[in-house]
Amino acid sequence: MKAIVDHQKCTACGVCVDVCPFEAITLQETILEISDECTLCGMCVDTCEFGALSMPEVGSGPDVDLSAHRGIWVFAEWREGTVHKVSHELISAGRKLADKKGTDLSAVLLGHNLDPDLFQELIAHGADVVYAVDHPELAHFRDETYSQALAELARRKKPEILLAGATSMGRSFVPRVAALLRTGLTADCTELDMSDEGLLLQTRPAFGGNVMATIVCPHRRPQMATVRPKVMKTEKVPGHEGRVETVDLPESTFQSRVEVLEVLLETDQTAKLTEADVIVSGGRGLRKGENFTLIEEVAKLFKGAVGASRGAVEEGWMPPSHQVGQTGRTVAPNLYVAVGLAGAIQHVVGMQGSKIIVAVNKDPQAPIFDIATYGVVADLFEFVPALVKKIKQEQGLA
Amino acid sequence: MHIVVCIKQVPDTKNVRIDPDTHTLVRQGVESIVNPFDLFAVEAALKLKDVNEAKITVITMGPPQASEALRDVMSRGVDEAILLSDRAFAGSDTWATSTTLAAAVRKMGDVDLILCGKQAIDGDTAQVGPEMATLLDIPYATFVKAIDIPDTNHLKVSRQTDEGTEVWKIPKPCLLTVIKEVGEPRLPSLRHKMRAKKAQIPSWGIAELGLEPEEVGLSGSFTQVVRVFSPPVRDDRVIIEGTVAEQAEQLYNLLKEAKVPGI
Ligand SMILES: Cc1cc2nc3c(=O)[nH]c(=O)nc-3n(C[C@H](O)[C@H](O)[C@H](O)COP(=O)(O)OP(=O)(O)OC[C@H]3O[C@@H](n4cnc5c(N)ncnc54)[C@H](O)[C@@H]3O)c2cc1C
Ligand SMILES: Nc1ncnc2c1ncn2[C@@H]1O[C@H](COP(=O)(O)O)[C@@H](O)[C@H]1O
Repeated sequence: MKAIVDHQKCTACGVCVDVCPFEAITLQETILEISDECTLCGMCVDTCEFGALSMPEVGSGPDVDLSAHRGIWVFAEWREGTVHKVSHELISAGRKLADKKGTDLSAVLLGHNLDPDLFQELIAHGADVVYAVDHPELAHFRDETYSQALAELARRKKPEILLAGATSMGRSFVPRVAALLRTGLTADCTELDMSDEGLLLQTRPAFGGNVMATIVCPHRRPQMATVRPKVMKTEKVPGHEGRVETVDLPESTFQSRVEVLEVLLETDQTAKLTEADVIVSGGRGLRKGENFTLIEEVAKLFKGAVGASRGAVEEGWMPPSHQVGQTGRTVAPNLYVAVGLAGAIQHVVGMQGSKIIVAVNKDPQAPIFDIATYGVVADLFEFVPALVKKIKQEQGLA
Repeated sequence: MHIVVCIKQVPDTKNVRIDPDTHTLVRQGVESIVNPFDLFAVEAALKLKDVNEAKITVITMGPPQASEALRDVMSRGVDEAILLSDRAFAGSDTWATSTTLAAAVRKMGDVDLILCGKQAIDGDTAQVGPEMATLLDIPYATFVKAIDIPDTNHLKVSRQTDEGTEVWKIPKPCLLTVIKEVGEPRLPSLRHKMRAKKAQIPSWGIAELGLEPEEVGLSGSFTQVVRVFSPPVRDDRVIIEGTVAEQAEQLYNLLKEAKVPGI
């Protein structure tokens, strides 16, 4: 491991190149490179007058001037030309926090060929400012480019609070933003509030949802959290006005050691578990793979996705991408229908955040009934067709 | 190739709860297990070693009894284990944990690949891997489901995202966090069990890691837990009875009343 270069601050003056006793520092054109010869002696750090070099260890560092930080930021997740729903949810939640605190709400959009309609949409949900960074290197997500861009913006504008969706993207790169900014981060929050002293109260489930914890970040800024999709409500703010600021960042911000070779979008809509409003899941009670057509039929009626227990996945009835639970996906749809599935704790931890849970099981003792909103004790092979018939009748399909 | 796997000993979450009277976390009688995701990380390392020259070192930061978790994975074929244990580590958040683990990797020096689980099932944060990679200034990829070695300097990884699959080429040294698709963990073998039982596991504290007390544990943490409580209980449970036709009708009406989308 070696000294860390902040390419934004480095002026490529070359002083450190001469100072390094191990000849570990070279200038490749104007980019400083540190080789594996680095022994972390710290000579370069001491001589750099631009503060561009640091050791990869954490001191508690100089105290952060808390009062220099202002405003609430929401990272607006941009994928394939649209903004993720969770970002609108967070703008609505952020709006309330900003009003309570009497401060501004900003959205940050990173991507390429950004559609101006997206900015207006963010403003309509309550953003006062939209910071947009548009660069070809942001066309595909990579942790390095996204975290460097967001961290650089945050260094310049000093927000007090920074929120992002707890999606696969957010949970991947936001920890790097927090680490680059040397601040705390709370994962996968389900509730946000402001304390009387103005600290962000970040509440999240832990221990598989058996325990809730409220967490604060008292001495560092920004206070950062990722927030679980679908727990905050989206509300537009009629007539809300805001401004858009396009920000140019230095090219070095967009450097990455990672190369994206392929992006394969899941075309199977039934596997889009984390985005679905309704999930219908099947377990070992289905007895064989073909019987999953029953589950698929119900899911289709609800325009939802198909989930599965590990039991069903292990049997090979459903691909692993459908598995819900501790080792599968964590989901929290409006409606979760569990069919022929026992409700083992490892399954339950992945879906107990759902708003309404329906359980269909022939064993009245099955643990799934402990968490079900509506429990149906029945043979699934009789009940599911009856339910399908009822829905079709009501929808005028039969 | 030197592979380091980071594992954590966690309470088996199903038994953890809040004592309703004292409002403290009841951990008594709760069994400790190796974080399930970390067993996938161990398996990923063993698979790479099956077909390449590699040494695997497993590390954990935890109390002295966490060495049991290290022996567990050694019995599956991991070569060496190091325990990171010091009273000063107590109360670490993800940042302080990452600081400690990064210091251990730095001390080892010659590491090509670090593997972590996707997340630990006690904290469920999934932050330690990315934060540690950032501290070490190495690239990383999360939610990895397959690892290939296309040439001596790179790895080719497939990662699972909410939208599908991404294939990345990433230079070594790097850090990967893995999910279950990397492969079902292999079982302990008799030969490795014997070796694990007899193994001398070194224990490194802040002195060995060259860390200051204020950088680690609670004092090195940025976040602070101010309250723990039980999740609200659901009091809206209904068991629907009758013939299947009646049950279907009732359920339909309840879902309609609740304005479930699609109905
Ligand atoms: C480390 C670890 C991680 C795990 N991670 C996960 C995870 O991520 N996700 C997950 O799901 N599991 C996970 N598991 C496995 C979990 O413990 C259970 O084994 C699994 O969920 C059981 O699947 P099941 O409910 O489909 O099967 P079973 O336990 O076999 O239950 C089948 C149910 O169907 C009912 N049934 C049978 N026939 C009918 C019928 N005709 N009509 C109505 N009901 C019927 C039965 O009464 C029974 O309740 C994990 C386990 C471990 C140890
Ligand atoms: N105390 C620890 N010791 C070693 N590895 C850890 C520790 N805590 C977390 N990790 C690693 O980091 C991953 C993510 O953990 P977490 O961020 O706590 O969800 C785990 O799957 C482990 O690989």
